[in-house]
Amino acid sequence: MPDQAQLLPGTLDLLILKAVSLGPLHGYGILLRIGQISGQALLIEQGALYPALFRLVRQGLLKASWGTSENNRRAKFYELTAVGRKRLREETDGWNRLAAAIASALAAKPEEV
Amino acid sequence: MKLLAWMRSLAGGVFRRTRIDNEMEEELRSHIEHRADDLERSGMARAEAERRARIEFGGHERYKEECREAIAGNVIDILLKDVRLSIRVLRKSPGFTLVAVLTLALAIGANAVAFGVLNGLILRPLNVPQAETLYGTEYGDGSGWQSYPNYIDLRDRNRSFESLAAWKFVFVGLDTGNDPIRATGFATSGNYFDVLGIKPHLGRFYHSHDEHGPNSAPYIVLSYGFWHSKFQDDRSVVGRVIRINRHPFTIIGVAPRGFRGTLLFVSSPEFFMPIVNQEQADGWSALNARGNQGGVFDAFGHLKPGVTPAQAIADVNSVGDYLRRTYPSEFGRTKSSLSRVGLSAFGRPARAFVAGLMLLAGMLLLAACANLGSLFSAHAADRAREVALRLALGSSRRRVLRQLLTEAVLISAAGGAAGLLAGVILLTRLSTWRPFPGAPVQLPVAPDGSVYAIALILALLSGLLFGIVPLRQVLRIDAYQVVKAGPSGRPGRRLALRDVLVAVQVAICAVLVTSSIVAVRGLVRSLNGEFGFEPRNAVVACVDLATSGYTGEQVPDMQKRAIRAMAAIPGVERVGLVNNYPPLVYAAAGRANVFKDDTTELNTSNVAGTPYAYDVSPGYFAAAGTRILAGRDLNWHDDGRALPVAVVNQTFAVRFFGSISGAVGGRFRRQDGRRVEVIGVVENGKYMSLTEEPQPAMFSPFLQSPSAQACLIMRSSREPQELLAIMRGKLRDLGAGPPTETGTWDSLLEVVRFPSRVATVSLGVLGIMGAMLCITGIFGIAAYSVSRRLKELGIRLALGARRKELLHAALGHALRLLAAGSVAGLALGVLASRVLASIVYQATPRDPFVLASVVVIMFSVGLLATWIPAQRALSIDPLRLLREE
Repeated sequence: MPDQAQLLPGTLDLLILKAVSLGPLHGYGILLRIGQISGQALLIEQGALYPALFRLVRQGLLKASWGTSENNRRAKFYELTAVGRKRLREETDGWNRLAAAIASALAAKPEEV
Repeated sequence: MKLLAWMRSLAGGVFRRTRIDNEMEEELRSHIEHRADDLERSGMARAEAERRARIEFGGHERYKEECREAIAGNVIDILLKDVRLSIRVLRKSPGFTLVAVLTLALAIGANAVAFGVLNGLILRPLNVPQAETLYGTEYGDGSGWQSYPNYIDLRDRNRSFESLAAWKFVFVGLDTGNDPIRATGFATSGNYFDVLGIKPHLGRFYHSHDEHGPNSAPYIVLSYGFWHSKFQDDRSVVGRVIRINRHPFTIIGVAPRGFRGTLLFVSSPEFFMPIVNQEQADGWSALNARGNQGGVFDAFGHLKPGVTPAQAIADVNSVGDYLRRTYPSEFGRTKSSLSRVGLSAFGRPARAFVAGLMLLAGMLLLAACANLGSLFSAHAADRAREVALRLALGSSRRRVLRQLLTEAVLISAAGGAAGLLAGVILLTRLSTWRPFPGAPVQLPVAPDGSVYAIALILALLSGLLFGIVPLRQVLRIDAYQVVKAGPSGRPGRRLALRDVLVAVQVAICAVLVTSSIVAVRGLVRSLNGEFGFEPRNAVVACVDLATSGYTGEQVPDMQKRAIRAMAAIPGVERVGLVNNYPPLVYAAAGRANVFKDDTTELNTSNVAGTPYAYDVSPGYFAAAGTRILAGRDLNWHDDGRALPVAVVNQTFAVRFFGSISGAVGGRFRRQDGRRVEVIGVVENGKYMSLTEEPQPAMFSPFLQSPSAQACLIMRSSREPQELLAIMRGKLRDLGAGPPTETGTWDSLLEVVRFPSRVATVSLGVLGIMGAMLCITGIFGIAAYSVSRRLKELGIRLALGARRKELLHAALGHALRLLAAGSVAGLALGVLASRVLASIVYQATPRDPFVLASVVVIMFSVGLLATWIPAQRALSIDPLRLLREE
């Protein structure tokens, strides 16, 4: 998969929050969902997901509960808390501003300077 | 909110650790199975799918570890894991662990003891309310002694103290109905207990309004300890009449349990009595003798609110100025200051001693830290491969460092606990130790909470200090290089931090060794020094005839009879008598003002000298072993009817008359106007302390100034205890009462030798500790150097290197460090020893013996410390070594 991009530091948390905001998911599901919504363009090492999940739970942005998956296996499902939803909004705004700024910077032409 | 959640998970974490671990494991497994399901659906066999899923997942354990770290509750979990691993690691290298723990135990123990002494003597206030505003007054020469009339003037004229109390020691015969016993008491001013603000355990205390002139208040207050041991806690003692030197006194109360008098160095007095009745206890009255500085031992009081110590000193000085103007012939002292109550005149030397002790103990701790730092650094270097493997397997550097630090803290905890235990045992024994059977001296250094706290803090601090030494080293490890090439790399030629640490440590140890040798040498000299008398083969028995009721002319008569009786004992060669105490015993020598013969106005500005003044019997010099340099001894005709005469010492003769021969026949005047003729000159001696410069002294015939308190000196080669028993019997038969003080003169000198002995023993112990630290330090660096260069040495040996070259290569570095450190330490030690000279008699660093022994000791230390590493280097088998590599 040569076209996959490395994640920028700190973006994994944002992606997880986004993925979970679309509906409760277990860990593997989050991974699939990120792949799906990013068009398989982002590379996430599978195991690296879990420390991030535990961190988000500790920060009170996610809550977790055990349930049964579509494969009929026991799995831990994550969903957003109210705080998590608020954080997702803020981070999305921040990200968009940053992306716009960088995009505009990169689009600059010599005559505009 | 965040903090709360963190704390909740921290608290929960302790209990839910295993549950969380199981859940985490299940979740990760669930992930892998879901992935495997997906792979299986794409056509892979189940077993292959599961294998692929696991590989894709990545470092299972590493992520689990990171998850644990993500949960704050795992702080304790990780700590426990670290501790367990550290214990395993330390158990694998028992030699290293033992050396490290012992090193730290030594240093922490020394510091616990030094702090215990500081705490007991300087920091801990007297056990009375508001002790921090309680101040004692000193009159200029560093002691609280003053005359009773001066105290009264100071009490009434000062404007700084709320009220000023005073006390002096009394040593009496106490008759409670059966056998009279010797007892030590405080004769105190009436306001003593009121100034201290303490309440009696039983009955009442006496007060200022009980004082109505001399011998007007025959009341006695028992100390709690004496009441407990002598009266078995009998509450009906209040109101009972007992006798002090045959004078009736009424017991009016018992002092509270924790109150042990107002002098820290002495054990609790047995009783308290009003100072206005002092004459009945002492046999002479101090109440009107303005010139007698022995009337009051210490005066103290609470400063008025808002008065600073500086203002109080100025105030006390102005009273002193007034007294000097008003009583020019009787008030000799110049400047006053304030002291801490409880230490009195001992404050300054005690502070100097404790400061020295703290300094040396601190240096010892520093040396230990340097030592442990280099040990840890070497240890970490030896483990570079292990660390590299852990890093390669996904451990974080932080985790590795944390684990190394845990090891350091574990060692510091173990060493600290061992050192503290030893220190506490030593302090407890010291505090119950009575250094002199005859004198109620004690060291109030029982350990308390602050000693434990300080030792613990020091241990942990030093653990962190030496724990971070290998920090940079670990951070620099390149896991790939180390795993590939082995940890040996190139032995660095440049000066490493470790080398500096070793050199510093050796230097500190050399300072300790130098100081201790200087001190021990000084003590040996002072034991063999010139006292101006011969304390060996001499016994002393002091008799206080006042306690048996003798007065006036009865006193010298009885003393003459006692001398004759003693001389009749078989085996006794010489007998002499000296008033009060003989030289150096209890440092109770009195001084007297003397004037030139032609002086007409006998006031303080015309004083020609203040020699030590003794009253002695004929034959005293022969009994004491003091050589007569010129003129004659006193004889029995030099009594109250003859002209006043005196024997003076060499310093007196030279200062006053220019030469020894010129002194005989010369005259001087005493304070009372008497013209005294010098009839003889004796050699110089020590009178007050072992460290004093030559002082003038004069010896008057005891028949011309009788004193009820006197000591008999007997020279005999008979067994002293046997002789003393016969003496006691003879004195009883004569009706002179029981002797107050008996013993060989040598043993009574213990008191003056005590300070230098304590200083010497502490310095000696610190020196030995320093040498031991030095051995472990050099051993560590040498062993490390050999183990690190084993391969190189093996190759050298295989290529035909000789043993000498091999040893040079293996140990040269360590020995060079030792030499450099020793030279620096020796130089510093010589400088430091100048300070010692003030405490330890005849301590001089410019002594070839000292220099030589330091060099020899440091050399032996080096030999001892490098012995095992040298053996290891010599026993290298190059074949085996190269095969193993």
